Amino acid sequence: MLTSFYIAGAVAVAATLLMVMSPNAVHALLYLIVSLLAVALLFYFLGAPFVAALEVIVYAGAIMVLFIFVVMMLNLGRQATERERHWLRPSVWIGPSILAAILVGEVVYLLGRAGLPTPGVEQIDPKAVGKVLFGPYLIGVELASFLLMGALVGAYHLGWRRPKLEMHDDVYSRAARTPSGGAPLHRRADRPVGPA
Amino acid sequence: MILRTLIFIVGLLFITLTLAGWLTWVERRLLAVWQDRLGPNRVGPFGTLQALADAIKLFTKEDWVPPFADKSVFVIAPAIILIAVLMSFVIVPFAPGLLLANLNIGLLFFLAMSSLSVYSIVLGGWASNSKYALLGGLRAAAQMITYEVFLGLSVMGPVLLAGSFRLTDIVEAQQELWFVVPQFLGFVLFLIAGVAETRRLPFDLPEAETELAAGFHTEYSGMKFGMFFIGEYLGMILLSAMITTLYLGGWHGPFLPPIVWFLLKSSFFLVLFILLRASLPRPRLDQLMSFGWKVLLPLALANLLATGAVVLMRGG
Amino acid sequence: MLSILRTMWDVFLHVFKRPVTIPYPEQKAVLSPRYRGRIILSRDPDGGERCVACYLCAVACPVDCIALQATQDETGRRYPEFFRINFSRCIFCGYCEEACPTYAIQLIPEFEMGEYDRQNMVYEKEDLLIAGEGKYHGYNYWKVAGAAIGGKDKGEAERESPPVDLHSLLP
Repeated sequence: MLTSFYIAGAVAVAATLLMVMSPNAVHALLYLIVSLLAVALLFYFLGAPFVAALEVIVYAGAIMVLFIFVVMMLNLGRQATERERHWLRPSVWIGPSILAAILVGEVVYLLGRAGLPTPGVEQIDPKAVGKVLFGPYLIGVELASFLLMGALVGAYHLGWRRPKLEMHDDVYSRAARTPSGGAPLHRRADRPVGPA
Repeated sequence: MILRTLIFIVGLLFITLTLAGWLTWVERRLLAVWQDRLGPNRVGPFGTLQALADAIKLFTKEDWVPPFADKSVFVIAPAIILIAVLMSFVIVPFAPGLLLANLNIGLLFFLAMSSLSVYSIVLGGWASNSKYALLGGLRAAAQMITYEVFLGLSVMGPVLLAGSFRLTDIVEAQQELWFVVPQFLGFVLFLIAGVAETRRLPFDLPEAETELAAGFHTEYSGMKFGMFFIGEYLGMILLSAMITTLYLGGWHGPFLPPIVWFLLKSSFFLVLFILLRASLPRPRLDQLMSFGWKVLLPLALANLLATGAVVLMRGG
Repeated sequence: MLSILRTMWDVFLHVFKRPVTIPYPEQKAVLSPRYRGRIILSRDPDGGERCVACYLCAVACPVDCIALQATQDETGRRYPEFFRINFSRCIFCGYCEEACPTYAIQLIPEFEMGEYDRQNMVYEKEDLLIAGEGKYHGYNYWKVAGAAIGGKDKGEAERESPPVDLHSLLP
C-alpha cells in the first residue's frame, strides 16, 4: 500500500514536471491528465475514494477535455512548438527552478523531522463527505455555488447574441458593404484579362 | 484468492472481448433482418465466425501511421478507450458474488472511466492531423462532455433510492421493485445519455460517415481502428450491463439462475441499441446540443429534485 | 417523441418480413430476356452467319471494344473475317445491338464471365457465334435484302418483285 502510494506520488511529480517542460500544448495537457490521475490515486490511498472519483470525473474527465478542446480549436501547430522550445532556454527556467528546489528541500526537511506520515487506512465513504459538506461547511458550498452561478450567468451573457434579427442585420450590412460579386471579383479584375 | 481473481480477470477479458467481436456480427445480422436483407451468413454456421474473419483481416492489415500525425498520441489514443471501458467492467455485478471489485464508489468509478474514454476520441481526432478527424474529435468532445452531465445526474435517482454508490447495494435495493418503475424518467434519460456517451447511432456525430468520412478514426487502419471498433461495442455491452444493474434489478428474477437473468436483460438492451441504429436518423450537432442542454438537463434536474423530495418525505 | 417510438416499432415489424436478398451462387436471380449480359453473334434460321460486317456496332461502341474485319465469300455474301470483343472493356450498354441492322449481335441474360487471366476476356468469333437465332426468331437478312448472293438472285427475296428490265421500258 505504502509503496503504491509513493509510486503514484512519484508519477504525479514526474508527470507534472514533464507537463511544464513539454513544448507541445496537447502533450503538456496529456501529462497534466496523467498527473491528475496520479493525484486521484493518492486520494484513494489516503482513504478518500469519493474525492478520488470526483477528481477523475471533474478534473481529468471534464475540465481537461475542455482545455484540449480549446487547444484543438486554436490548432497551434508546429510554429507554436518551435516558439515554446525557444522559450524553454535555461536562462528562463533556471531561476524559478532554483526557488522551487529550495521549497522542495524545505518540505523534505520538514517531513523528515516530523517522520513520514503513514497514509490513513480508514475509508471515508461518500455519505460522510456529504454530511460534512452540508453540515459544517454549508456556507462554503453555498459560496462556491454562488460563484459558479455567477460564472454561468456571465458565460451566458458573453455567449448570448440577439437571435435572428441581429444576425439578419449582420448579413444585410455585410452584403451592403461588398456589392454583388464582392472582393474576390475585384481582385481578379486586377489581373490582365484577355490577350496581353 | 489471488489466483481466483486472476482467473476471473482473464475470463472476463476473454468473454467481454469475444462478445464484443461477436456483437459486430449480431449487429450486422439484426440490421439485415430489419432491412429485409440477410447479412453476413457465409463464414461458419449462419456466419457466426464472421467476427473471427474480420479480426484476422484487421490483424493482417498494414499498421500504418500517417507521416503527418502526432505519432505517440496517435498510437496511445485507441488504447485509452479499450482500457477505460475494460476497467469499467471491474465493478459490474453479474451475479451475487460474481464481480471483481465491490467498490463503495462503484457507480462513480463507472462515470470516471466513461469520462476518460472521451480522451481516446478527442486525442485520436487531434493526433490524426486531418480536418475530418479534427472535426470528429471536436464533436466528440462537445457531445460527450454534454451527455456525461445527464448520465451522472440521471444515475443519482437509483443512488438516492438505494442510499449507496455500491452497485451490489443498488441491486439488492431492487429486490421488490425494479427502479425502472419509480425512476422511469431517469431510466429514459440514462438510456439516451448512455447511447450518446458510447457514440452509438443515432448519436454517432463524431464519426458521421455521411459528413466526415469516418470522423475521428478517418486516418486509422488495421488493429488501431479495430481497437476503436471493439471499444465501441464493449461500451455498448457495458452500458447494457449498467442499465440492467441500475434500473432493471440486475440479477433479480424468478426461476432462472441470476447470471442468466442478468445476461437476458443486458442482451435485450443490446438488441434495443441495434434497433435504434436501424430506425433513427442522425440529428445535427446543434440539435443534439440544444436537446441536451435545454431538454434533458432540466428533466434530469427535476427528476433528481423529485426523487430527493420523495426520499426525504419517506424519511430516508 | 411518439413518432420516434412509432418508427422504431415499424422497423421492428420488419422481423416478420421475408428478406429480399437472393443468396446468389446457390440461388440464381431471374433475369429478364432483355437483360444486357454477354454479347453473342447469332445465326440465320438456315444456319448462316447473320453478321454482314457493316461495322455499325464497332462505330456505335462507346468504349471501342469491338474489332472486326469485313470480307466476302465468292458469291458476294459479306461476313466478318474476324470478330473480336474485348469484354474487359465492354460496358454492356447495348448500343451495338441497337445499331445492328441484321439482328446479328445480341446481348443475352448471362453475366457469369469472370476470368483470372485478363487475356481470356477477349472473345474471338468462334467464342461469340452461337448455333441459334438468339432473341429474334425467323429473321433472315439475306432473304429480305435486295442484294444478290449465291443461291438467290436479285428479285428473289421475300416480298420482292423480279427486277424490271429497263430496256423493255423504252417508249
